[in-house]
Amino acid sequence: MSNVRLWLAQNYAPILTAVVFAAMFGTYIGESSAGWKVAILDTAANNAVVLAIVAMAQTLVVITRGVDLSAGMIFIMANCIASALVVGSPGEVGLGIFGVLLAGTAAGLCNGLLVVLGRLPPIIVTLATGSIFSGIALSIRPTPGGSVNESLADFMTSDIFGAIPVSLILLLAIIVLIWVPFRMSVIGRYCYAAGSAESAAYMSGVPIGRAKLVAYTLAGLLGGIAGLFVTFVTDSGDAGASVGGTYTLNSIAAVVIGGTSLYGGVGGAIGSIFGAFTLRTIDDLLLVFRLPPLWQPLFQGFVLLCAVSLGAVRIFRLHNRLDGFQ
Amino acid sequence: MTLLAALRRKVDRPSLIASGAVVMLLLIGSLYSSNFVSPTYLLQQLQIGAFLGVITVGLLMVVLLGHVDLSIPWVVTMGGMMATAAGGFGQGGVALAIPFALLCGLFVGVINGIGVAFLRIPSMIFTLGVNAVVQGLVLLYTGGFAPQDRATALMHWLAVGAVFGVPSAALVWLLLLFVAAFVLRLTPLGRYIFAIGNRERATYLSGVDTRMILIFCFAASGMCSALSGVLLAGYSNMAYQAMGDPYLLPAFAGVVLGGANVLGGRGTVAGAAIGGLLVTILLSMLSVTQVPDADRRIIYGIIILVMMLIYGREARIHV
Repeated sequence: MSNVRLWLAQNYAPILTAVVFAAMFGTYIGESSAGWKVAILDTAANNAVVLAIVAMAQTLVVITRGVDLSAGMIFIMANCIASALVVGSPGEVGLGIFGVLLAGTAAGLCNGLLVVLGRLPPIIVTLATGSIFSGIALSIRPTPGGSVNESLADFMTSDIFGAIPVSLILLLAIIVLIWVPFRMSVIGRYCYAAGSAESAAYMSGVPIGRAKLVAYTLAGLLGGIAGLFVTFVTDSGDAGASVGGTYTLNSIAAVVIGGTSLYGGVGGAIGSIFGAFTLRTIDDLLLVFRLPPLWQPLFQGFVLLCAVSLGAVRIFRLHNRLDGFQ
Repeated sequence: MTLLAALRRKVDRPSLIASGAVVMLLLIGSLYSSNFVSPTYLLQQLQIGAFLGVITVGLLMVVLLGHVDLSIPWVVTMGGMMATAAGGFGQGGVALAIPFALLCGLFVGVINGIGVAFLRIPSMIFTLGVNAVVQGLVLLYTGGFAPQDRATALMHWLAVGAVFGVPSAALVWLLLLFVAAFVLRLTPLGRYIFAIGNRERATYLSGVDTRMILIFCFAASGMCSALSGVLLAGYSNMAYQAMGDPYLLPAFAGVVLGGANVLGGRGTVAGAAIGGLLVTILLSMLSVTQVPDADRRIIYGIIILVMMLIYGREARIHV
């Protein structure tokens, strides 16, 4: 019994986010004229999973008390590479996919090396590398275009057994194959330690540098997967700078909504996934409720602001005002 | 030798290296075309640099606290929009156009400050949310009916006019630099700002109401952004949607290239000014030499990284 309460207390933020998401998605399905259809589920899942994977990448870095402003740029770079490479025979497609994931991982590794060995603040490193990655994306795709292996794209964006979107299975696979091993591993613990108290972790002999390197590299790999998957959804590559920026900012918002602290050391990718789902559902809800288009940006901003302000509830429970100061 | 030593004590290393980089950029540019060292080009850079430089001064105040202000893009746009819109309301509107825009910037800045100081929400995410709300408000306002979007004569003159050959925009920038330097170096408030950047708890325990100072700095940043919006609207003679979007990253780059520590507590006004100028000249030269946009972004990123690796590295151990 006490174990359950402990678990609830430790995970209330992701659980709350999941409940909010379930309520919002239920409303969306209930209000939408088409009602419950797998096609609607597929579309919603496809869009949400892209942001969810980028948000997972962001989470890994945020846990180490960093921030990845290049997350969206790695994502569009992978998107552009995929739109050029993942075509042709099955063998070429396989090599192409490998290349895309390798590019994402290399980009993440670059960030990690600059942060760890270069000893630069993550915010500056990723700002600069983000500019470089978007430049690479733009040189591959000066204008939106390209294509991707159609049968693979059709499969990835459809559903199996007529009920479960493949995108959700992909997300589950990422959780099981990347997030859970990371969370359970010693190096994952080190990442949390480095994020919550870097000097204490250092004094305890934690290899902070190696831990951060793993976090950034995995973030790059996830960015690559997200870029690959969005290529299946849109069937093209788009290096528009605003796309990358929007994904970066939304990923940070999703991370915060999902209960991961920007001060590091607290939270996890599961919360971020629900955070991303919630953000995406807000857009869908606005459509369903036929809010005047002019009001939509304001409403989106307001919801975002309210969502991130939820974290402030903590401040009213503090006995000592000093505890609020970082 | 002693003079050099004295100078080195006076001027901090990042500002020195950044100035050196500015000179080097211009020299490299002069190999390509002698235009890059002509007085006309340099004065023009000062004029264009002012739009970014004004934002940089405000952002520096926030960065010194160890915070960031991501609401800059739409506060800039709002500043331009509100000034031109106020200009449409007759004689009084024209007179009050600039003060009104600054007031709007101040208001948004205070909201940012309240969120960060009292609600203790990380500035990175709170200012991001405020940016989205301001964007929504601006779109709602300009979409509902078409307000006047022409700049007033004063705005136009501030942006493109000149006093004895010196662009008036550069003079506005210079004035702002002096005000900021005065506040930071010669007033208690300036001391408190640096103190908060080093350790807010200690500053609070020393009897300073740090929350008011946080609000002050965010308000200053909001006003600077709005002022830049006013100048930009005057420059292109109109205000348009998303006019502030290209300025967030360069402003950030300018502040850190000028030697400010993003974790707070370290940085100079002169450095921020030189950093802003460096970014302006870099971007301008890359566009003049017709480097493709893609390569421009890559070069831009690499230069920031190299500069930071030269003088922005942190201590090996944080204990």
